[in-house]
Order: sequence, then structure tokens, then C-alpha cells
Amino acid sequence: MVGDVWAALETAEFAHIVGLSLAVSLSATAFAAVVGLPCGAALAICRFPGRRLLILLANAFLGLPPVVVGLALYLLLSRSGPLGVLALLFTPGAMVIAQALLATPIITALTHRAIEEPWQEYGGALRVDGATRLRSIRMLLAIARRSAVTAVLAGFGRTISEVGAVLIVGGNIAGYTRIMTTAIVLKTSEGDLGLALGFGLVLIGISIAVSASAFALWAR
Amino acid sequence: MKLRQLFLLLFVVLLGRVTIAAEQPASQSIILASTTSVENSGLLAHILPAFTKETGITVHVLAQGTGQALQTAARDDADLVLVHDPEAEQKFIAAGDGIDRRQIAWNDFIVVGPRSDPAHIGGTHDAVAALKAIAGAQAPFVSRGDKSGTDALEHRLWRVAEIDPAKAGGGSWYRDIGGGMGAALNTAQAMRAYTISDRGTWLSFGNKGDLTVLVEGDPRLLNRYDVILLNPEKHPVPKQALAQRFAQWLLSPEGQAAIGGYEVAGEQLFHPSAAAPK
Repeated sequence: MVGDVWAALETAEFAHIVGLSLAVSLSATAFAAVVGLPCGAALAICRFPGRRLLILLANAFLGLPPVVVGLALYLLLSRSGPLGVLALLFTPGAMVIAQALLATPIITALTHRAIEEPWQEYGGALRVDGATRLRSIRMLLAIARRSAVTAVLAGFGRTISEVGAVLIVGGNIAGYTRIMTTAIVLKTSEGDLGLALGFGLVLIGISIAVSASAFALWAR
Repeated sequence: MKLRQLFLLLFVVLLGRVTIAAEQPASQSIILASTTSVENSGLLAHILPAFTKETGITVHVLAQGTGQALQTAARDDADLVLVHDPEAEQKFIAAGDGIDRRQIAWNDFIVVGPRSDPAHIGGTHDAVAALKAIAGAQAPFVSRGDKSGTDALEHRLWRVAEIDPAKAGGGSWYRDIGGGMGAALNTAQAMRAYTISDRGTWLSFGNKGDLTVLVEGDPRLLNRYDVILLNPEKHPVPKQALAQRFAQWLLSPEGQAAIGGYEVAGEQLFHPSAAAPK
């Protein structure tokens, strides 16, 4: 049985599944980080009306249910829905949007938490220096970069392991929108439990590899 | 500076993503909303390459239950459907959503269950009597409960048997799992329960364990697969011509031969029937 699983893992089809998983989740994480890192930092250092509400929402959406995000996005992207003209439903693009929506609150909330303390410590000095808000955000993110990397990795963890949303908006189409998690669901339903487990181990390995490289590069 | 590296990498990833997205839609493609039984059995993966080679059209398959597949098409999110629930199909056409229903193949449903067979139905050929025996023995039975074609057939059989399984005998023997055929078979295998399966999924299913075929050969267990196009008056789908081409190919001698040629472990899963619908 191990031999069969090994043979299945060496096919071009499987390489496509792994590649698409990484492409979709890394893109979604990148979008979420580009939005979430500055927004999280801004929530920590800027004072404006509605700030507390945004912090509350970011924290509440840490537990955003993927199937609900998938369903809402499905209704929006459906050809008979408001964004149907984009023709994004059942494409990798829709999967990136769904995962980015799930990861953004995670990265925002964790960044906010990570920046609060250095802002209290260095905020006065930065202000005396005459640093602008934008410069302060950059400085503080650099100071708290380990926590920022952890925030981004938490976002990536959400995207790479998620199945509910991508199944609904991606459709698990063979060779087009099938990724690791949806392939595991499919193989399980086909009663091919050994291969499903093999896919699962590869998925965990990828997750570990991405985390390890991120820490090696930025969090030393 | 480390932070700058991070943002540079994020930028490169985004750029790469946009490039991938821009390359995609060059070739022609259609979306076929279909059932898990034709996709998970491997039939479509077996026949589609020949169609794509001949026409250059890629077919993206959504494997859903019949109920969900018809819903997807009714929302304009698929270009045609391939399903197996005559009653739901008639409603779909009566509502003005579908046209040109044509049968492409058939096989049959079977009642599977544990070898110990507590309801003693093994080797019989009357599906309704078998269900009555299972309910009488209150032996565990797994129902799809997902409005798929197989689920619809099961409920038709209970109606003929004049049994409401959710209520009969407290109903604890009747387990509605709300899942696909594979999930139902996995559950039946684990619970040593009976269930109804289509022949294609059963033959290609890899986790049979103690399950075996107990009842087959009842004419009421006939399983017909129909292809239906969307009605252009209600669904102005831009890909109607491509969808039509695929439907015609399924009905053509080449398409029919490809369907009939699909075997798992030496057994033919689908019998082409475009020329003589059952």
C-alpha cells in the first residue's frame, strides 16, 4: 500500500495540486499581510473614532467560519449574483479571495497586539524625533518583526489548512481548482484512505517547511 | 533590512499570481455540473481527454449531488448538467431552466450491507421488500440525506414501502448523514450498516471492508444518466454552443464507445444508451 501511495505522490497531477495549494495560499497570505500588517499597526498607534470597534471586529473574526465566508462569496460571485460579471466563481482567483478574507483579520488582530507594547515603549521617543505615523508604523513593525512573522504565519496556517470555503467557491475541479485539502476530502470519500493520509502528511510537511523558511529568513 | 525583504517577497508573490491569472482563460472551457457518481467513479476522467483532444474544449467538472447540480445550473453557474434523478430533472425542465434532456447511459443501484446481514436480505431481488425487512429488524441503515439522485431513489422506495424511516421504531436505526456516496459507504462500513449505492461508485470504492452487495436486479433500481442543456430563453449563458457540442459528443458513437469502454477491475460501470434509452 505504501508503494501505491508513493507512486500517486509522484504524478504530474499531484504536483499540480501541491503547486496550486501553495500558489493560492501564499497569494492569499500575501494579500492579507499587505492589508493586515499596516492596518494592525495603525490600530495600535493611531487614535480615531471607531478604532475600538475595528479592534473588536478583527478579534471577533479570528473565528470567522470558512463555510460561511465561502457561501457568502459564492452568492456574490455567482453569475446571477452582484459580482457575476467578473466570472471568478470556480476559479483559483475566487479561492485566493476567500482565503485572503479569512487570513486578514488574523494578521490584523495579531499585529495590533504585537505593536501595542513597543508603541508604549518607543512611542514617546518616536514622537520627540518627529517621526510621522507612517514612519512609526515601519519602525515598530521592524522592532516587532518576530511577532509580525508569527502573525503572517498564523494567517498562512489558516489558508493552507482551510477546506470549507475553497470547496464552495473553487468547486474542487480536477486539474484546475483541486488543492491539497479538497483532494484529501475527495480521496477519503473514494475510500482511498491510505492516499488521503499520504496527502495529509505531505500537507503538514509543506506547512512546516514554509514556517521554518519564514523564521530562518526574518525572525532570527 | 528584514522588513523590506518581506514586503519585496510579498510583492513578487502577488506579481507572480497576477501573471498566472492572466495566462489562464486563453483556451475554451465549459463547466459541467454533475454527480459524484460519474466523477468519483472515474468515468469523466476516462472519457474527457478524448473530447478535449478532438475539440480543444476543456470540461471543468463540478461533482455535486443531483439536487445541488441542478441548483448550480439554475443560478447560471454551470453550462450544462449530467445527472440521474428523473423527477428532479422533470421539475428543472418544467421550470423552464433546462431543455434537450437526453439519456447517455445507465447502470443500476444496489443495496449493500454487512456480510452478517441481520435483516436476511442477501440474494433477493426486491428492493422494497428488502427495505421493509431492514426497517422490521431495525438494522442500522445509512441514508445520504443530501437530495442527490441516489437519495431521491431511496426516498421513493420508502414511499412505495409505506414506511417513514425517520419515525419507524424510534428511528435510531436510520442514520441520515447528509453526505456524498463515498461518505455514506465509509459510514456504512464503519457502522456495519446497510445503504443504497449506485453501481459505479461501489465498484470503484476502495474501503469496502465487510460490506457486500446484497440486493440487485430489481427493475426499480434502474439508474439513468441524462445530459440536460440550459434553456437559452432563461439562461443567456455565453457558452451554449460549446455545451451543445459536448452534449452531442456524449451522444455520438465515439462518446458512447468511450463510456462503454470504461471498466474497473474488468467490470463495465456504465452502459451507453443514447440509441435506445431505457
